[in-house]
Amino acid sequence: MSRDLLTGNAAAAWGARLAEVDYIPAYPITPQTEIIESLAQWVNSENLKARLVTMDSEHSMLTAAGAAAATGARVFTATSSQGLLYAIEMLYTVAGWRVPLVLVNVSRALAAPITLEPDHNDVLAARDSGWLQFHAETCQEVLDSVLMAYRLAEHSDVLLPAIVNLDGFYLSFTREPVEIPEVEAVREFLPAYRPEHARFSASHAMAQGVAVLGSSAYAFFKYQMQRAAEAALDLHDHVASEFCAQFGRCYGAVEAYRLDDADFVIVMVNSFSTVGKAAVDRLRIAGNKIGLLRLRLVRPFPQQEIAWLLNGRRAVAVIDQNVSIGKGGILFCEVASALAGSSPPPLLSYVGGLGGRRFHDEDFDLIMQALRAAEHEGARPEPHLLYSAAEYEKMRELLRVAHGSDPKAGT
Amino acid sequence: MHASGALEAKDYKSDLKPIWCPGCGDFGVLSALYRALANIGRSPHEIAFVSGIGCSSRIPGYTTAYGFNSVHGRALPIAQGIKLANPDLLVLVAGGDGDGFSIGGGHVPHAIRRNIDITYIVMDNQIYGLTKGQLSPTSPRGTHTVTSPEGSLEDPVNPLLYVLGYGAHFVAQSTPADQIGLTAVIEEAIRFPGFAFVNVQSPCVTFGDPNQQLKAHKEGLKSLAKINYDPSHRVKAMALAQTYGKDLYTGVFYRNPNPPPTFDSLVRERQRHMAPQAMPREKILDTFLPH
Repeated sequence: MSRDLLTGNAAAAWGARLAEVDYIPAYPITPQTEIIESLAQWVNSENLKARLVTMDSEHSMLTAAGAAAATGARVFTATSSQGLLYAIEMLYTVAGWRVPLVLVNVSRALAAPITLEPDHNDVLAARDSGWLQFHAETCQEVLDSVLMAYRLAEHSDVLLPAIVNLDGFYLSFTREPVEIPEVEAVREFLPAYRPEHARFSASHAMAQGVAVLGSSAYAFFKYQMQRAAEAALDLHDHVASEFCAQFGRCYGAVEAYRLDDADFVIVMVNSFSTVGKAAVDRLRIAGNKIGLLRLRLVRPFPQQEIAWLLNGRRAVAVIDQNVSIGKGGILFCEVASALAGSSPPPLLSYVGGLGGRRFHDEDFDLIMQALRAAEHEGARPEPHLLYSAAEYEKMRELLRVAHGSDPKAGT
Repeated sequence: MHASGALEAKDYKSDLKPIWCPGCGDFGVLSALYRALANIGRSPHEIAFVSGIGCSSRIPGYTTAYGFNSVHGRALPIAQGIKLANPDLLVLVAGGDGDGFSIGGGHVPHAIRRNIDITYIVMDNQIYGLTKGQLSPTSPRGTHTVTSPEGSLEDPVNPLLYVLGYGAHFVAQSTPADQIGLTAVIEEAIRFPGFAFVNVQSPCVTFGDPNQQLKAHKEGLKSLAKINYDPSHRVKAMALAQTYGKDLYTGVFYRNPNPPPTFDSLVRERQRHMAPQAMPREKILDTFLPH
């Protein structure tokens, strides 16, 4: 074991290196590119005995990744934002092939307007594709999640590909201290991939990816995937406890931060949870019994655990760093559905952090006030869109500049 | 605008300051483009300028024309949509070699065979510049980049041969090192009726080959105008295009001396023929919904 200061991207690359992957199809996109560059250097210096090929697009990249995995290779790839969306057709296809490769997505908000900083509409667009989804808060967790993702994805009861998600810029380019395990220890936790169901081997030709005509056959295979994802939920804790025993770092499907005595809870995901935890600490000093629930495993969705942790609180706010236009926060809907059938606490929906918009103390103060009010008055499902008066004024000024002398500008 | 009312190069220049690296070839493409547009004289509001994603794809923002900095690889379909819905607009498309011959490469043959009257300018720098120097589809074999530390193993795409092979009727190449020649081929490409392609060897000053910068272009370029080359033969042009990556020939490689009809003119022609035979709407209604 060694320690180093790694960016989130470097931590992702280390995860692939320690997993001793065989094949890496690559295509550059900001802010992911550092991952494939790091791997290219290691392949070149023979620190990683893999083949790395730069493809002509993310669509080709995912196609090649899935096909290589279907021959029995352990495959890693990485992308971001527009790249993930361009590959969506193949995300569904590859999941249906039941090949357990790992893709790191470095979240970046989607065009248009085109931008660089993160939100989660990219990775959540892949939510229903059949890929498992791990959402990481820290650089260490990125590395660890890549290893855990392979272990879980390759389990014979699962055999679904996995996405490990980290926030662009805030985590991809931020250096944090990271423990890098020894490869021998990783081998004990993650043995070589030896698939029985999808592989190329001598004298055993098999057809893969065949068409099914008839809805019963189609439904059967889709139900199999749903059952496999459900199995992954049960297996996650087993994999996590083995990881904890091997490396001393323990992860749940969700993380409960100062929840034990919390009357109020905010629900967050990925690196902005760090800001949320700081807000929880600050609000607690001011006498508010508040905690934070961080969603880590988003697919499969640990709904029972979430319900167990949230039911009985005085009020809960889900802060989404995404927006389903015309509805609101995607994770708010997911959390609300996890609480359906019980007597849930008043549930508030906030949308913030779009395009990497920072959260301010005032945002959390506002949410705290609303949680206290909701305890007595209940909550409405409409999302609150976090935006300060100062931001709005600045935006109006920009619109005035953009419109020149247009008298209707900025109204 | 000049006192005479004629448009000048500066009339096409927006107040956005380009954020390319100092020494980037794309500055020279932009100034040649301003001059070519001034020579043609269409007002900025009669021009739509579409690009994909990449360093060179910033170019529409630096003009006063309608601009569309769109999606990686999708400049050509967007330009076709704009041109088909607005046939009188002058539609220009620009982008890099990655945009045009990697992620968007599948669109090029279809834009060519449809022969829509648009001009496609590729700023070919043989590298992914905006993402800081990875292997691109036109990187020469053996190029050392951050994604190919030992040198690439693949042959590059030859953009000239690619578009000639798919049947483009106007194909030219130039470099910002030759401002007069570059302005002339851009102007001629825009005036050409139908899909026109200009490959501009526009060096990346930051990640490109230090021996293939503008100075080397200036010294090494071979002007087709000076060697008595006849650009009216596709097969000869294809032979010449084989020199891509070795010699820098500039000028018009191929210009069909009898340009075929554009897509728009075929549509208009068909409508002219069909309109007299079409059953009047009232008659159709009377047939199915009698009063």
